[in-house]
Amino acid sequence: MSVERVTTVVVGAGHAGLAASHFLTARSIDHVVLERGEVANSWRRERWDSMRLLTPNWLTRLPGLAYAGPDPDGYLTAGEVSAFIEHFAAVARAPVRARTNVEHLGRTDTGYRLTTSGGELECRSVVLATGACNVPTVPAFAAAVPSGVEQLTPFGYRDPSSVPEGGVLVVGGSATGVQIAAELQRSGRQVVLSTGGHVRLPRLHRGRDVLWWMDRSGVWDQRYDEIEDLPRARRLPSPQLVGSPARETLDLNALTDLGVSLVGRWAAVRDGWALFSGGLRNVCSLADLKMNRLLSGFDQWAGITEPGVPLAPTRVPDRPRLRLDLRGGEIRTIVWATGFRPDYSWLDVPVLDGKGRLRHEGGVVDSPGLYALGLPLLRRRRSTFLNGIEDDARAVTDHLAGALAVAR
Amino acid sequence: MTTIDNGVNVQALLDAREALKSAPEAAQFTWRASSTWTKGVHSTTTVQKFFGLGQEQTHKNETVFAADHPEVFAAEDNGITPIEYLLVGLAGCLTAGVASVAQNRGIQLRSVEATVEGNHDIRGILGADSDVRNGFNDVKVTFHIDADASKEEIEALVAQSQKRSAVFDALTNPTDVTVEVA
Ligand SMILES: Cc1cc2nc3c(=O)[nH]c(=O)nc-3n(C[C@H](O)[C@H](O)[C@H](O)COP(=O)(O)OP(=O)(O)OC[C@H]3O[C@@H](n4cnc5c(N)ncnc54)[C@H](O)[C@@H]3O)c2cc1C
Repeated sequence: MSVERVTTVVVGAGHAGLAASHFLTARSIDHVVLERGEVANSWRRERWDSMRLLTPNWLTRLPGLAYAGPDPDGYLTAGEVSAFIEHFAAVARAPVRARTNVEHLGRTDTGYRLTTSGGELECRSVVLATGACNVPTVPAFAAAVPSGVEQLTPFGYRDPSSVPEGGVLVVGGSATGVQIAAELQRSGRQVVLSTGGHVRLPRLHRGRDVLWWMDRSGVWDQRYDEIEDLPRARRLPSPQLVGSPARETLDLNALTDLGVSLVGRWAAVRDGWALFSGGLRNVCSLADLKMNRLLSGFDQWAGITEPGVPLAPTRVPDRPRLRLDLRGGEIRTIVWATGFRPDYSWLDVPVLDGKGRLRHEGGVVDSPGLYALGLPLLRRRRSTFLNGIEDDARAVTDHLAGALAVAR
Repeated sequence: MTTIDNGVNVQALLDAREALKSAPEAAQFTWRASSTWTKGVHSTTTVQKFFGLGQEQTHKNETVFAADHPEVFAAEDNGITPIEYLLVGLAGCLTAGVASVAQNRGIQLRSVEATVEGNHDIRGILGADSDVRNGFNDVKVTFHIDADASKEEIEALVAQSQKRSAVFDALTNPTDVTVEVA
């Protein structure tokens, strides 16, 4: 079988891969974008039905394309995001090959060789843009959950009607967990939310979207090489935010008001019982303290001295439950909103660290000609979000182009 | 910046953190205690040796702890009740954490006092009510801290010390415990 040659291969046609393509095209670097599904695949297949962006529309921008609709302060639905990304792919004339799964990537003397469901390719450089959230992570003790309890991940969860009748234990207090917990509780289920360390944020601060403050005050511009504990910052869970037309706050107090009951971090399963940490009060204090520090930092940046309306501390139940009988019938379903990880099982280049994370410096991977985009805090705090890709993709393709020129 | 000194060698701790990142084996410690029954519910426990950084280690001195029960338990009260040792451990651990975090954050401490209360329904251990657990119902720690810092900064010290506390974790999370007869 003949091997196709191309200068650069981009793997993944989410917004990150397409942004890379935009800048490669601008530099006339010949390339293809390989996509196992379709453009914006993860927004089509890996989001629950009611999901909306937690970033407002005016932050929905990609290189050369910004949201131009009537509601800059609103939040796109997952369907609208995939349409937006599809439009971007068309405008950027990205050379996407859909339904082309990359099954193996290895080094050659001059670059890389890819085995795909559509044949073999050789190239000088590769941009990994396969996403940071390919696989929902679930703790190992999930295997000890009694079989009568249904278990779902955010990939399997669609809407409340697809969840068996009965109580639900939602595990994880980040954006995904609080959003699914609220939706299920509103649908009439009794929800128990188990949470460890989390990031509390109000939707609005002094009348503006809290992400406006992140964007304008410079917090999101903090660079990876300015951050003291980078591994920890990269592991930071997503904030307790929801993008809803009512612009409501969805912190733990809001969930308590809805009737959700809070328990600590789920630590173990023993004899069919779920055991929760007794440290709930402290993870809530930490989240309150960090939120207050962030908000007063915003005020300081804006030169505002008059005190704002303080947010009520997180209300923790007097006696949070420490254990729950999973055989007792109270819980019919567990939703694991315990985070996601990338899937690098097809990557046969020694660039992963002991914990399976890609070794890279601001997207320049520890193997010549290999690059990454779309990872949390890749180069800046905003890298995690759609609006962060422009600077990242420009910087990474600059490096890529420079390396090609030197080698020539 | 004026130098502050809480007597914690934070640099050594930060260096150890860096060094152990690439040497997880050296980070494996085993703490040990050995006890001997005396009489009644009185026992004596000694602590001196432990394992860590890849080798056997020894405290400068051996420490001896007497455990007994108070007279209201119809015992001789030759020492504190075993469950009270958990309070000792928690207070010691959180206080050490407060001092270390304060040092790291450049906060001078003048005094740190903690009261630890463990509420305990003893019907559990007596077998008087099977719905009552044996251990604490809850534990409350109250800190009084005098330091060159705002109330918020002090609250953050205390919160961070819980986040990094071995004993807080051991008390709030389940631990797999094996008890064997050799
Ligand atoms: C639940 C959730 C909510 C989020 N909400 C927001 C938000 O509100 N605002 C915001 O700005 N960001 C949000 N994000 C973060 C981020 O914008 C998304 O994760 C986004 O999908 C990342 O884009 P990407 O291009 O890096 O990766 P993806 O969109 O995941 O694209 C990667 C592509 O690579 C393809 N692929 C993977 N492996 C292979 C392979 N081996 N061969 C070929 N193709 C492959 C996939 O099919 C996919 O199409 C959210 C993320 C999640 C998970």
